[in-house]
Amino acid sequence: MDAIKHLLSENIRRFGMIIALVGIVILFQILTGGILLQPLNVTNIIMQNSYIIVLAIGMMLIIITGEIDLSVGSVAAFVGAIAGVLMVQSELSVFASILICLLIGAVIGAWQGFWVAYVNIPSFIVTLAGMLLFRGLTLVVLDGQTIAPFPDGFRKMSSDFLPDILGGGQFQLFTLLVGVIVSVLYIIHEIRYRRNELKYNLKVANTPLFITKLIVLVAVINIFTYVLALYEGIPYVLIILALLIIGYTYVMNNTVQGRHIYAVGGNVNAAQLSGIKTKKVKFLVFINMGVLSALCGLIFAGRLNAATPQAGNLFELDAIAAAVIGGASFTGGVGTVFGAVIGALVMGVLNNGMSLMGIGIDWQQAIKGLVLLGAVAFDVLNKNK
Amino acid sequence: MSQTILEMNNITKTFPGVKALDDVNLHVQNGEIHALIGENGAGKSTLMKVLSGVHPFGSYSGDIVLNGEICKFKTINQSEALGIVIIHQELALIPELSIAENIFLGNERAKRGIVNWNETITKTEELLKKVGLNVSPQEKIKDIGVGQQQLVEIAKALSKNVKLLILDEPTSALNEEDSDNLLNLLLDLKEQGITSILISHKLKELIKVSDSITILRDGQTIETLPNTNKDISEDRIIKGMVGRDLTNLFPEREHNIGEVVFEVKDWSAYHPVTVERQILNNVSINARKGEIVGIAGLMGAGRTELAMSIFGKSYGKKITGKVFKDGKEIDVRNVNKAIESGIAYLSENRKEYGLILIDSVKNNITLADLNRVSKNNVINPYEEIKAAESLKSRINIKTPSINQETVNLSGGNQQKVVLGKWIYTDPEILILDEPTRGIDVGAKFEIYKIINELVENGKSIIMISSELPELLGMCDRIYTLSEGKITGEINRENANQEILMKYMTEGWGS
Repeated sequence: MDAIKHLLSENIRRFGMIIALVGIVILFQILTGGILLQPLNVTNIIMQNSYIIVLAIGMMLIIITGEIDLSVGSVAAFVGAIAGVLMVQSELSVFASILICLLIGAVIGAWQGFWVAYVNIPSFIVTLAGMLLFRGLTLVVLDGQTIAPFPDGFRKMSSDFLPDILGGGQFQLFTLLVGVIVSVLYIIHEIRYRRNELKYNLKVANTPLFITKLIVLVAVINIFTYVLALYEGIPYVLIILALLIIGYTYVMNNTVQGRHIYAVGGNVNAAQLSGIKTKKVKFLVFINMGVLSALCGLIFAGRLNAATPQAGNLFELDAIAAAVIGGASFTGGVGTVFGAVIGALVMGVLNNGMSLMGIGIDWQQAIKGLVLLGAVAFDVLNKNK
Repeated sequence: MSQTILEMNNITKTFPGVKALDDVNLHVQNGEIHALIGENGAGKSTLMKVLSGVHPFGSYSGDIVLNGEICKFKTINQSEALGIVIIHQELALIPELSIAENIFLGNERAKRGIVNWNETITKTEELLKKVGLNVSPQEKIKDIGVGQQQLVEIAKALSKNVKLLILDEPTSALNEEDSDNLLNLLLDLKEQGITSILISHKLKELIKVSDSITILRDGQTIETLPNTNKDISEDRIIKGMVGRDLTNLFPEREHNIGEVVFEVKDWSAYHPVTVERQILNNVSINARKGEIVGIAGLMGAGRTELAMSIFGKSYGKKITGKVFKDGKEIDVRNVNKAIESGIAYLSENRKEYGLILIDSVKNNITLADLNRVSKNNVINPYEEIKAAESLKSRINIKTPSINQETVNLSGGNQQKVVLGKWIYTDPEILILDEPTRGIDVGAKFEIYKIINELVENGKSIIMISSELPELLGMCDRIYTLSEGKITGEINRENANQEILMKYMTEGWGS
């Protein structure tokens, strides 16, 4: 009995936010009379939140190391502006422009990381300065004007879909095929993982539980692709997101670098005395954030089809909120990439659902504020138990 | 004198899943120093928390009788109002505030919210005189030593009109001189009629000052021993604490000493902030294969600074000197290089510098050498589990699982995890800084056994300790360090506390 209780309470903490997300989805599905989960709207939710998810992943890493980055919105705007200048005014090729923009993101990250890691200035201050600095530079670059429109090739990244090479007409067969392929890959991965665990004599979930888990997840994957298939199929940006989520989860869980990031956030002194180059770790995490901010700026500019001075306003707060709702702790050392994505989706579904219901932006802000506070309070109370 | 000031009768306190106190009885006579002793986790701190109202009335069963009256404390304020003041192991002083501000914190000399600074300062001066502390009341806490901070805590207690003073391990962070000072103060306070309950692991000091000793084990009162003549034997107390005879505090080992493998020559270092202050002055030490070398010194002598500056220059500025291994000079420019050269350093403060408390036993153990279980920077989770499991059983870390967060382990097991982390890097030279600080007798013995096993396998160990008996019991050779200089080198056969003390204090106060 105690074991079951333990299992339950452990899992509430682990899956708490997923449960909350499912709850919010069901709630708005009812409140909006079924509009929320219509194929068009599901696609919308993904595309509307793609750039926040990108930021949230980077922010999660930053917060895990015990730091904060307030400048990401300004950096995104700045990079968007540069992209406008390069592609629209200088007519540079899309590919070259994107590369240059990501590189600029890295340089900005290195600039901030340098002050934080090597000069020991609190990241709050450094990135507060960065927030002002890069917002100002955005205005300088754009001369207060909006630059538009972007070339088609660039817009594809954030607002177009994979072509349906199978030609299913109304219905995107190719998308369904992708769902099946992903399912098969997933099953193979899980079985190999389980086999390895058995080989090393580790405890594994019993077979019925294992199969149930596989069935549930395969169902989720295929229902998801089915819904996408009913509209335009798979957006390019979803592929970018999937690669980022899988890649970063792998890095954080399975690599030495990932372990070092957690260690630096968990106890920087102990990490240092264990031979970890703590300054370098922080420096790299900021460079990473810079690159992801740049990517966010590009996706946003492409979606808006314009580089504007106001781009990225308050993005930093959305990203921080997503990371915190997703389980990050400001004391550092805790959090997962997947959690950040869930956190971003919680905020995204709230935004979308409330907009569908016709709730004004005023109340939306207020409600989001309360949800953020509530989520963290829930987590804190749960831990104190 | 024989009147009972405090009776705690049949106290039982349960936490979810654990019975922390099981029918505990404690009777304290008026005006005595009553020692409370037991292994870590025996329930001493919990008992004192019940007494002071940290665990409020209703959360435990049993009676607290103070001066013949049953007390039902709901908050600390209520127990303080009756003159019960507890000084915790971790000092509760605010570093950035002055001594005077700290003493009257929450109890300000004020009228209608306006602080009367003159009264505050004069009162503080009086109190400081009482505890024999000769510093300005306006000095900030962060600028005075740990020993002095402890005295400030006692002055704070006196300001509250204390009748029953509870001290939880007051000397664990103090050097011998400061400890003696503090114990003498307790004796002074006793003359003035203040009763004290003293919790400590240091048997010698308990025997020296206490009038009676109550032993707790596994949440139960084992016995109360009278100690009016201060002549009770350590063995007698230990027997009560562990429930068995520890015939020898230090396990036996074979002394099989080989060639010099590790050598530090002309090592000097300066303070990281006030760079003109020299902390280490031409220190030269060496260690042989299979040897335990001790470093004795008073607090501030530069022991930890020596170890940390050798270990990847983690302390100090303008470091000069050379480090040799097997006759060849090695590079210890940073921690990584030091680890690669086969050096390990166990910090004196496991919580701040040793462990990642929110991380698992497994992740802590492999942290300093992840490459061993990785390929192309990718960790093999199964190899990692295997490595952690094998260390767990080798050094007997008591934890339900290697995935347990280290914050949940007892002090002794936490220390084993840190030790395990360094054993895992397979070093040839281990520098152990206070390896048994703040852990109980049983766990100490186990740590000693691990240390012995390491040297028997040909490792060299440099052991820093504030407890001289520990150095005498374990080491083959002991260096004494005083004001950053090596003042003596004594072989096992010739060493005793008096000689060590003499060299350790050389140059001090002159």
